[in-house]
Amino acid sequence: MIRLEHVSKVYKTSTRPALDDVSVEMDKGEFVFLIGPSGSGKSTFLRLLLREEVPSKGRVYVSNFDVAKMSRRRVPRLRQSIGCVFQDFRLLAQKTVAENVAFALEVIGKPKNTIVKVVPEVLQLVGLEGKADRLPHELSGGEQQRVAIARAFVNRPLVLIADEPTGNLDPDTSQDIMLLLERINRTGTTVVMATHDHGIVDSMRRRVVELDNGRVVRDDARGVYGVGR
Amino acid sequence: MRTSFVFSEVVTGLRRNVTMTIAMILTTAISLGLLGGGLLVVRMVDKMQANYQGKLEVAVLLTNDVSANDQDCSSQPCSGLRTSLETTSGVETVVFENREKGFERFKRIFEAQPELVKLARPEAIPATFRVKLEDPERADVIVREFSGKAGVKSVDDQGKFLDRLFNVLNGVRDGALFLALLQALAALLLISNTIQVSAYTRRTEVGIMRLVGATRWYTQLPFLIEAVVAGIIGAVVSVVGLILFKAFILDRVLGDLFSSGILPTLGQLDVLIIAPILFGVSVLISALTGYVTLRLYVRL
Repeated sequence: MIRLEHVSKVYKTSTRPALDDVSVEMDKGEFVFLIGPSGSGKSTFLRLLLREEVPSKGRVYVSNFDVAKMSRRRVPRLRQSIGCVFQDFRLLAQKTVAENVAFALEVIGKPKNTIVKVVPEVLQLVGLEGKADRLPHELSGGEQQRVAIARAFVNRPLVLIADEPTGNLDPDTSQDIMLLLERINRTGTTVVMATHDHGIVDSMRRRVVELDNGRVVRDDARGVYGVGR
Repeated sequence: MRTSFVFSEVVTGLRRNVTMTIAMILTTAISLGLLGGGLLVVRMVDKMQANYQGKLEVAVLLTNDVSANDQDCSSQPCSGLRTSLETTSGVETVVFENREKGFERFKRIFEAQPELVKLARPEAIPATFRVKLEDPERADVIVREFSGKAGVKSVDDQGKFLDRLFNVLNGVRDGALFLALLQALAALLLISNTIQVSAYTRRTEVGIMRLVGATRWYTQLPFLIEAVVAGIIGAVVSVVGLILFKAFILDRVLGDLFSSGILPTLGQLDVLIIAPILFGVSVLISALTGYVTLRLYVRL
């Protein structure tokens, strides 16, 4: 599903590579934690998957897409098949909850009657049935993140990418979000989540890929955040 | 692509940048108004050429001597001149107008200015041959051949006066078109700038849209349409402006020239005929500028 082959990324403004000869493979349906200190390359890793950046060396594959080599014109197609969730939620402030979720469907040209049917379903899945007409600023952090997850999931993507999704949330809310992501993973969606949160990683015991200074230093099938940390 | 979505984005965008939208519309309107003015002058000149071609005459003015003494062109040198003229090739008709008839004509032309008529005396009006040409190009020949002949005071080629008038009108046209070009440049840059500002203001939103998989076209079409809508409104303003200008200013200032038939009348119909050209130019330029700006300057 996801494959990085000897990927290196050097940003123009620095000498040290953000990613240094990284090779990782992730199968369909896996739940993978991407951990490491700030600057270790986690965000770069995820940005490469979304083609927000292009690797300086190596190949990146997501599903059938040769992400690094594909033409700019095809990038929207790639992003339509990847759901993404961010620490700052990234909702469209002028649109309601339902409109935000519907947007992901509009963008790929789904007809109105499909949208009207599908959006309430997915809002129910994330536990926001009654809040379809609220605006983002009227919601709590946890609720906003649920909207983001609903938007990411509404197209039933093959891969869901989460970049520190619980970064702005309190522990209890974080737990709720993680349960949601787990549910989504159980439907067969590959989930790749970058995080600092020891507690979550330790309690879920999933595959852990640890980055340090741009290199993969650990890849445990059922890992914890760090031995002795 | 959902039209309701695009429509709402366009309206939002135009309203968010009201001042720049208004500026865009005004510069476009002024530019198109000047272009329209130039085009109207072109139409007028064309009509004039059609009108006058058939009526141009060469006037052979006769000396005081002949004017005073020969009232029916029966003696020399007058009758000789007449025969000469009639037999010159390219001449259609020759009409002799003695001093008296000339004075009557003078009174008729200037009947709106009685003071002028009072001051004039018949002795000041020469007798003339009014020569109508089959081929207006031959006017030079008549002028050359008959200037300086006995009995001839001067030969006036009316075509030359008209040429001068045409030169003035063409000068006005060129001036208007040059100004239109300058204004168009200003409008172009303003449209480009407005789009860049608009895109910058919406960069967060557009960024999120692109992350979710919206194509460039989907995110950029609203900006393009914003520019075109502003252009169309500008065109409407310019046409209304031209109509008002014609009704309230042009007709008042040039009214006499129009009614006396010297200048062909410019009707509102003329304005409406050039209106589609203005709309077409406006849409084309706005769209093109918008597209180029988005391609080159907006990294969305």
